[in-house]
Amino acid sequence: MSNAPVDHGRRRFLTIATSVVGGVGAVGVAVPFIASWNPSERAKQAGAAVTADISKLEPGQLIRVEWRGKPVWIVKRTAETLQQLELVEQNLRDPASDVPQQPAYAQNRHRSIKPEIFIAVGICTHLGCSPTYLPNDFSAQVEGIRAGFFCPCHGSKFDMAGRVFQAVPAPTNLVVPPHMFIDDNTIIIGEDEGVV
Amino acid sequence: MFKNLMSWIEYRLPFMDKMNLHVMQYPAPKNFNFWYFFGSLAMLVLVNQIVTGIWLTMNYEPSAEGAFASIEYIMRDVDYGWLLRYMHSTGASAFFVVVYLHMLRGMMYGSYQKPRELLWIFGMLIFLVLMAEAFMGYLLPWGQMSFWGAQVIIGIFGTIPFIGEDLTLWIRGDYVISGATLNRFFALHVIALPLVLVILVFLHIMALHEVGSNNPDGIDIKKDNDGTVELTEADKKFTFHQYFTRGGKKVIVDAIPFHPYYTVKDLVGVAGFLLIFAWVIFFFPEGGGYFLEPPNFEAANPLKTPDHIAPVWYFTPFYAILRAIPHPFMGAVAMFAAIVALALLPWLDRGKVRSVRYRSGIHRVNLINFCVSFVALGVLGVLPAEGLYTLLAQIFSFTYFGFFVLLFFYSKNENTKPLPVRVT
Repeated sequence: MSNAPVDHGRRRFLTIATSVVGGVGAVGVAVPFIASWNPSERAKQAGAAVTADISKLEPGQLIRVEWRGKPVWIVKRTAETLQQLELVEQNLRDPASDVPQQPAYAQNRHRSIKPEIFIAVGICTHLGCSPTYLPNDFSAQVEGIRAGFFCPCHGSKFDMAGRVFQAVPAPTNLVVPPHMFIDDNTIIIGEDEGVV
Repeated sequence: MFKNLMSWIEYRLPFMDKMNLHVMQYPAPKNFNFWYFFGSLAMLVLVNQIVTGIWLTMNYEPSAEGAFASIEYIMRDVDYGWLLRYMHSTGASAFFVVVYLHMLRGMMYGSYQKPRELLWIFGMLIFLVLMAEAFMGYLLPWGQMSFWGAQVIIGIFGTIPFIGEDLTLWIRGDYVISGATLNRFFALHVIALPLVLVILVFLHIMALHEVGSNNPDGIDIKKDNDGTVELTEADKKFTFHQYFTRGGKKVIVDAIPFHPYYTVKDLVGVAGFLLIFAWVIFFFPEGGGYFLEPPNFEAANPLKTPDHIAPVWYFTPFYAILRAIPHPFMGAVAMFAAIVALALLPWLDRGKVRSVRYRSGIHRVNLINFCVSFVALGVLGVLPAEGLYTLLAQIFSFTYFGFFVLLFFYSKNENTKPLPVRVT
């Protein structure tokens, strides 16, 4: 034991230095605890974006791909179908897609990036059934309109841009997932970085 | 022999001394009324939740595949499983009933005022943790309302600008609510939050015993005997811990020892509470769809949204405020502010008189306004958000916050009644 007088400057320095080093250690230790809450690799795999090749898609044809366990439709709409989108608007619940059921770049009449290619999650916004695609017989549901989607469970109707008709159980338009075009024939569903 | 053993322990761990300090020789004001039941009742419910919770985990399976089935298993096949589960689910609602009444007591008698601000803050932290605990527990049965209620509540975090989306992903641990979410909620519900809760309750009581209990008159019981206070026979009868008498230098009047006087009184409260509690458990366990909501008798289905999503009744006042504001993020801010405003009461109330008994008529009316607004918001929170209901929710949100704004202004120079010198 030395009886030297207390060096307060030195004591303060040691206190601060110990606190800083300890604090850095505490932050370091916090990293694994916080990061372990991120989606696991398995969850990321299951939720990864899917790529679809649409080079063989004929006008009027619908193909399904699975993304995050849900069916996603890709439809190539005909010129006639696109024309008819305008005709039904007074019968729609949300013709301008004000409810954010789609990314900003799909908030337009055709609810898509390219007018002819329509992409939507094929699940009715009412109770989750999958609506049926009626490419030629939709006029039985809505007079004068050739194509549309009809949900067999409770009779909800959607036009060819997935917009819901009035007086049906479904409250909102179909969901348009984030998507982007790699080239004319390849679409990535579930990812839209870089798309403006 | 036994005495020797006791003093051997006492020397090494002054257990009896601490028991005297906090229970047998703790001076509590002699004029507590029935409003003072709810603190001890909250403790009773906490014990009920912990014990029944431990027993439920013995048969519960925390996985998206097994959770719902394991609840049915507990309800049907485990001996007395139904009773343990109903004690736990009814206990959750009972917890909020007694905590809300406990908080109202504090508001009526100004128990948050100086020097009990920290005590009040600990109480508010308990309330916050309790809400988190209840919310996470509600996901565990993995029913439809568990799933979609969690969807809505986690969605609230998604409204935060810039970080919202990433934050919800981090909370869920998946792109949708999934088994990953269920498992982490289970861990928090059964280990992390109960530990925090017990620690906070301990701090709440330590802070209470340091500053002493308030009472319906909102005046301090006399502790300083400078010869001016008249002593009654009763005052001379009791022994209080030397910590409170400053080593025997002060005489404490108008107080009675917590034990046996208030332990016996609280026992009456416990009996009354258990009577109602048992009646609910045995005859009304679903609480008319408010304690256990009907959609929760169906397993969680991510593809099927229930027609009407309403949180459990104890969240509805805050939920109504959330929905009353059209902008989602501002709604979330308002909901949070509704809780923060309560926590700030010690500083929003600038009055010097604590109890509503001696405060102005304005304060009395304002307090009624608060209660009416809170209950009305609670009712509106279970109703669909449309038309008139939305308008009413906006009006009552306004009057809810109005309580705090008005209080801040009139409490500065309030027209109060003269305070009695001694508790009545």
